[in-house]
Amino acid sequence: MNLMEYQGKELFRRSGIPVPRSQHCTTPDDVAAFIGKHPGKWVIKAQVLMGGRGKAGKIKFASTPDEGRKAAAEIMATPMPPNRQNPDGEPIHSVLVEETLDVALESYCAISVDRTTKKPAIIVTRYGGMDVEEVHEQHPESFHTFYVDTAIGYSPFIGRELAFKADLDPGFRKPFPAVVAGMYDLFFTYGATLVEINPLILTKDGRVIAADAKVTLDDDAVFRHPEFKEWQKSLPLDADETLAAQAGLGIRNFRTFPGNVGTMANGAGLAMATMDAVKNAGGEIANFLDVGGGANAERVRNCYELVVNHTGAKVFFINIFGGITRGDEVAKGIVEALKTTKARKIPLVIRLTGTNEAEGRRILKEAGMTPVETMDEGAARAVELAR
Amino acid sequence: MSIFLDKNSKVFVQGITGAEGSYHTGRMLAYGTNVVGGVTPGKGGQTTEHGLPVFNTVEACVDATGATLQCIFVPPAGAADALFEAYEAGIRFSVCITEGVPVHDMLRVVGTTPGMRIIGPNCPGLISPGKSSVGIMPGHVFKEGNVGLISRSGTLTYEVVDGLTRAGLGQSTCVGIGGDPIIGTTFVDCLREFKNDSQTRAIVICGEIGGSDEEDAAAFVKEHLAGMPIVAFVGGRNAPPGKSLGHAGAIISGGFGTPESKIAAFQAAGVPVADRPSQIPAMLAERMASVV
Repeated sequence: MNLMEYQGKELFRRSGIPVPRSQHCTTPDDVAAFIGKHPGKWVIKAQVLMGGRGKAGKIKFASTPDEGRKAAAEIMATPMPPNRQNPDGEPIHSVLVEETLDVALESYCAISVDRTTKKPAIIVTRYGGMDVEEVHEQHPESFHTFYVDTAIGYSPFIGRELAFKADLDPGFRKPFPAVVAGMYDLFFTYGATLVEINPLILTKDGRVIAADAKVTLDDDAVFRHPEFKEWQKSLPLDADETLAAQAGLGIRNFRTFPGNVGTMANGAGLAMATMDAVKNAGGEIANFLDVGGGANAERVRNCYELVVNHTGAKVFFINIFGGITRGDEVAKGIVEALKTTKARKIPLVIRLTGTNEAEGRRILKEAGMTPVETMDEGAARAVELAR
Repeated sequence: MSIFLDKNSKVFVQGITGAEGSYHTGRMLAYGTNVVGGVTPGKGGQTTEHGLPVFNTVEACVDATGATLQCIFVPPAGAADALFEAYEAGIRFSVCITEGVPVHDMLRVVGTTPGMRIIGPNCPGLISPGKSSVGIMPGHVFKEGNVGLISRSGTLTYEVVDGLTRAGLGQSTCVGIGGDPIIGTTFVDCLREFKNDSQTRAIVICGEIGGSDEEDAAAFVKEHLAGMPIVAFVGGRNAPPGKSLGHAGAIISGGFGTPESKIAAFQAAGVPVADRPSQIPAMLAERMASVV
């Protein structure tokens, strides 16, 4: 789960990473009231997951309650416009009111999970405040990485070494190891797969502060922090993710595409191979759907209705290879789902093999359905029926 | 020979009294796997429906049965704990079937258990056909032979193996390494074992988009397995970039992990890449025939 800036900064605060003074507000009046109580120069930032807020005019400055109210109202009046990163745009439900800082220099620091070394990777570059991919194109040599041995954990020398290697300004050097210590602490304490500070700034009066916060939490670790459930509920899902969640699937288990061959398989690998098979047979896929293990009647019915009601599918190709999923249970699920669904009927092509396949096929045949033998055969049949 | 697993492997099941643990213990026994017992805290002293002893701790299980290989079916929150418990009890081989194990738990486990071979998590396990199966693979699809197979996906593995078996190409060992970001055993770890295995005379690599395990495997093949007949497959070619499909493995990010990058890496290593799983047996047979 990706966190909003204000949520990331809340975790920064808890982990001892210095952040600007700020207040999270959900209405323009709240903004005005806050500035009324705390006179000064404030920056008002839209709280969204997508980037490009500055360019979209969603970051404004205010020095009086009235300016604050007006700025917040303008920011929240329209959603974030679509960009390359998010072609749907994103609604704005809240803003962060934050102290303005006198910036001297900007740098970049992040921790993420490195799959190859199987270690946390700490990445630093002296170029901050820009899109990190752009920096990577323009100054690839400026990036320095330390892979942390988890048996030892973080120690301040790591931060010192990185600060010297990346040639951070001397003003950064002394506080930097403690900032990274906080990031490392956050990374493990909250199960963050990404902790990114861009920019990490040096103020003219010599303070080092995280001016932005990008944090991604491992969905599989949220159970350890029940307080995140509320955040999880408040975060925006896209249309496909919403539908998947409503159908009782994982939010990554369903994606729609413009084609007319609906697909469903058990396991992401087979589901992707099923899409590839449809493409190879000359068809256009309507969706990706990984039904997961234990495909009972209710789950199959939900998936059937998901595809029939929310994609352009003219045919539904079900491709099940039984391992942990038992063929007879899936077959019962399919038969029961079709009996009980109120959605319109579209032709089915079923491929069912693996654990308890004989029993599964018998159940399907008794219900008047004829399973196909192979994935290629099923894909070809489905593409033909979709024409 | 086969790799990792043979008839002598003495297996115990962590979570043996749970629904999945119990069901798959039965299937493993039916396949001929030497399952010697299991662990469920609080149920020590009981006997399972299969007639196997249940222990409260891994230590007690190992002491009483001489088990050498752990197979984990516990819920995600307990998986790392089960791995640490096994490590402390002297176990150096574990297969973790559990899906949804927190990434940071695995970071800690792999960083602090030197010398331990962990397959998974979020994997279907491994099988040396005709000898032993640990995990959840449907045994009847497999047949003993000379093809080693490694895959990041469960069901896609069965799909590919089914094709090999129908074409008369049996398997030495098939390993489902799992689809999570942090896994104990990579393609390269398996390739290293296959290289030294007298039974394995050809290899199938079933990769998918995301990560860089396929690129690493291609580099290893180029360096160390030049004479071995190998065919690769890369699933998810029609997945749009930036969208995550299903499990964590299938995410394209940056330039790495794209299907193009993986296919190019394999081709540069002289490994042909099948367009569809059904082409793999014929492509592999052709490569095997050209090796004297």
